[in-house]
Amino acid sequence: MSPRITLTTTARILRQLRHDPRTIALLVVVPTLLLTLMRYVFDSQPLIFNRIGVIMLGVFPFVAMFLITSVAMLRERTTGTLERLLTTPMHKLDLLFGYGLAFALAAAVQAAVAAGLAYWLLDLTTEGSAATVALLAIANAVLGMAVGLFVSAFAQSEFQAVQFMPAFVLPQLLLCGLIWPREEMAGWLEKISNVLPMTYAVDALIQVRSHAEPTATMWRDVAVVVGCIVVALLLGAATLRRRTA
Amino acid sequence: MDAAIEVSDLVVVRGKRRVLHNLTTSVRRGTVTGLLGPSGSGKTTLMRCVVGVQKIESGTVTVLGLPAGSPPLRRRVGYLTQAPSVYADLTVRENARYFAAIYGIGAAQADQAIVDVGLAQEKDQLVRTLSGGQHARASLACALLSKPEVLILDEPTVGQDPVLRNDLWQQFHALARAGTTLLVSSHVMDEAGRCERLILLRDGRILADDTPTAVRAAGGTDDLDEAFLRLVLDQEKAVA
Repeated sequence: MSPRITLTTTARILRQLRHDPRTIALLVVVPTLLLTLMRYVFDSQPLIFNRIGVIMLGVFPFVAMFLITSVAMLRERTTGTLERLLTTPMHKLDLLFGYGLAFALAAAVQAAVAAGLAYWLLDLTTEGSAATVALLAIANAVLGMAVGLFVSAFAQSEFQAVQFMPAFVLPQLLLCGLIWPREEMAGWLEKISNVLPMTYAVDALIQVRSHAEPTATMWRDVAVVVGCIVVALLLGAATLRRRTA
Repeated sequence: MDAAIEVSDLVVVRGKRRVLHNLTTSVRRGTVTGLLGPSGSGKTTLMRCVVGVQKIESGTVTVLGLPAGSPPLRRRVGYLTQAPSVYADLTVRENARYFAAIYGIGAAQADQAIVDVGLAQEKDQLVRTLSGGQHARASLACALLSKPEVLILDEPTVGQDPVLRNDLWQQFHALARAGTTLLVSSHVMDEAGRCERLILLRDGRILADDTPTAVRAAGGTDDLDEAFLRLVLDQEKAVA
């Protein structure tokens, strides 16, 4: 591990992103468009937008970074740059943290724009602060990046990598309490949702929505999310093999 | 003998197929050794073993006295993969400077490597907009810039025009004179004549491991292409 190599890798990934302005535009514009859309779908029920909007602020970065990381990592594998990097003094963790840091920064920009729009123009209100919501959004982005990095090992093509999104993310969205309260689902589904990371990511946002100060439950949720990030990164590191057949 | 690379009884199995059969050879320090053979003969696999990214069934590969792929070697061994492995969405210079930074090398040395492979004019171009030959040279620059003691180059001159090929080979020899050990694969026989030693591979076995002069003598002809063909036929006769 070397901070120099980690940071230089972060800079390299951000440079790649900079050469791709359309992806940056999509990252920033798509969440704001969807939030605006929701605001007016629930035009007659502002409370519903308030309930769902804050959760969406946390879900967008997870989904976006999951997709971007799984495709970026797949490219590293298929173009041989990963093999090349692993023959250099770079440590696997340099690469993982480099990605984590780069996409956390990208997610911070995305979250700032989306939250700014939601609070100022779309009249989203929460008991807790917008800054806490933005921090949770960044944690979710890093979680999405870590999970995306891990699952990219099981994709052989970009087609497959993209399909992992609905496979890994949609069930979590359905079960996390966004669509329907978890207590009212079939008992076995609630048990499954208890072990899915997004359940805790969403619960933390619900806590911020209804409490002015961070609650113990929110901290527990954050701890679970951070734990999941660490586990996903370790699993991801295990898929970066120096020696392959 | 002062060997930079020592391969002993190396066996590699991929799937159910034996790709390398009990290979034993060595590469002397400060020389350019050519690794030749038809495609599918095991050249890339042998090079991957030397770099330490290939799973090995049995046998040993030692580089600079250390097991291939061990951490201290990652600074001392440079590897050019056959397919160019640089970032298509970065410029040539951004690629070179990134790989330089990994080795803790300054930007000046990275820029020099770009000049050395003849891409000075294209340095600010995105790699994906380069021609195939330029793309390959961008990748080569990233392998050369850290000035490693051992350079493993998998088909470094493929797709390059004759003038550039000549220039690159002169650079390889200059590096060897300065003490670098180079193992260079090719399937072009006219490049074989430029090497101090040749390892001819066929179907994962060593057909010849000698100087170009000795290979010509063994094949009974001055034409290396022809000599290689005769050695293959001799071997088939021996098996039959």
